[in-house]
Amino acid sequence: MRMIYGDSIVSTVAKLCITANYKLRTDVKQSLKIAGRREKGLAKYALKTILENIDIAAKEHIPICQDTGMAVVFLEIGQDLQVKGNLIEAVQEGVRIGYKNGYLRSSVIDEPLGERRNTGDNTPAIIHTNITAGDKLKIAILPKGFGSENASALQMFKPTDSMKKIENFIIETVRKYGPNACPPLIIGVGIGGTFEKCAELAKKSLTRQIGKLNKDLNSRKLEKRLLKKINSLGIGPAGLGGKTTALAVNIETYPTHIAGLPIAINISCWALRQAQAVI
Amino acid sequence: MRKIKLPLEDKVLNSLKIGEIVLLNGIIYTARDAAHKRMIKKLPFDIRGQVIYYAGPTPAPPGRVIGSCGPTTSARMDIYTPLLLKMGLKGMIGKGNRSSDVIKATKKYKAIYFVAIGGAGALLSKKIKSAKIIAYRNLGPEAIYKLEVEDFPVIVGIDSFGKNIFKKSSGRVYSAF
Ligand code: SF4
Repeated sequence: MRMIYGDSIVSTVAKLCITANYKLRTDVKQSLKIAGRREKGLAKYALKTILENIDIAAKEHIPICQDTGMAVVFLEIGQDLQVKGNLIEAVQEGVRIGYKNGYLRSSVIDEPLGERRNTGDNTPAIIHTNITAGDKLKIAILPKGFGSENASALQMFKPTDSMKKIENFIIETVRKYGPNACPPLIIGVGIGGTFEKCAELAKKSLTRQIGKLNKDLNSRKLEKRLLKKINSLGIGPAGLGGKTTALAVNIETYPTHIAGLPIAINISCWALRQAQAVI
Repeated sequence: MRKIKLPLEDKVLNSLKIGEIVLLNGIIYTARDAAHKRMIKKLPFDIRGQVIYYAGPTPAPPGRVIGSCGPTTSARMDIYTPLLLKMGLKGMIGKGNRSSDVIKATKKYKAIYFVAIGGAGALLSKKIKSAKIIAYRNLGPEAIYKLEVEDFPVIVGIDSFGKNIFKKSSGRVYSAF
């Protein structure tokens, strides 16, 4: 059985936190560039500023955005892999070190309804684990800012509800909260599963590269339709008006119960940050 | 692009219209959720005529004035804003739309709301020439910083006549969280 040590997980996670916050995903940057070409006026100005910001961040080593997020970590653990030490604690320690050494902001507070004291090291991170085949550990980190996290929503629809009602829920969520969530947005949609599974699907869908087609034909069609409708809302880059309210709609589905149809929307700002590694 | 000197002179302030891009020069103060909650009980500095920037920067690495420092969502400060405007606050910088109460108060007290491009923390940090914590140090990133800015780019979002750019762009005004 292959064995890895906690230390290597700590250092990998620390590095990923830093990389993600200084260097934007290339597919997102590319998509912003293309959007800039079709806009004019304030929308063009906003996109130009955003693109300049992305370059400054990478070249001068300044975090892309001051909200360096709550660290969302996806772990895919090969079932033939043995981890020496405490895996979860190693990930938390990696986040602690990464945020400190990378001069990233500590944005996590302890008791949500209590005193809301800052934990000082951006932990705990949100860790999702999944057991897969093989003997490798795949780590993906998404620092998630809350300007856009706050714009997210989940609703339990009935199987008899119309497609129109579901689409309206998604579009109205974007219309209401979009201007505050730093558009152009990437809209993650989870369909099916249970209450919590649906939310996770929406988050997970944000990891799909922009431009990479959905394997499911029905989802692909729905993505296209929703993107068109969302971009006709006129919210535009930075909410100042324009054609580009969203860069992409990404849908992930999962089987669900005969009585249910959960729909979750997880909104990401244009600063969709992500870094991953395989150990 | 017009260069604007801070504190804002009434004549200049009243000449600013929604959608205009301007470059701010002078002093601004950061304050976000936790600071606002405290401020309305007891003001830690004289806000009369001043501009508040809704922001919480990343820590400054050695040799730098400040870390990344872009705007946070303004709407979360909406419940405190009319009172601060009544107390003499003149300007606000943030991202996103505002409640109708804030729009009304902005008009009533002849103030102004500027929009900074959300997420552009790296670019905006370069326009900050000095930074000093003046209150609530224990709040960490939510402390109040006094910032000296040079050519800090913003867009007029709500002008002193109560005109609102978000109404223009998406056709509706929302009071979101
Ligand atoms: S919503 Fe995204 S880009 Fe905007 S401030 Fe938050 S993390 Fe930054």
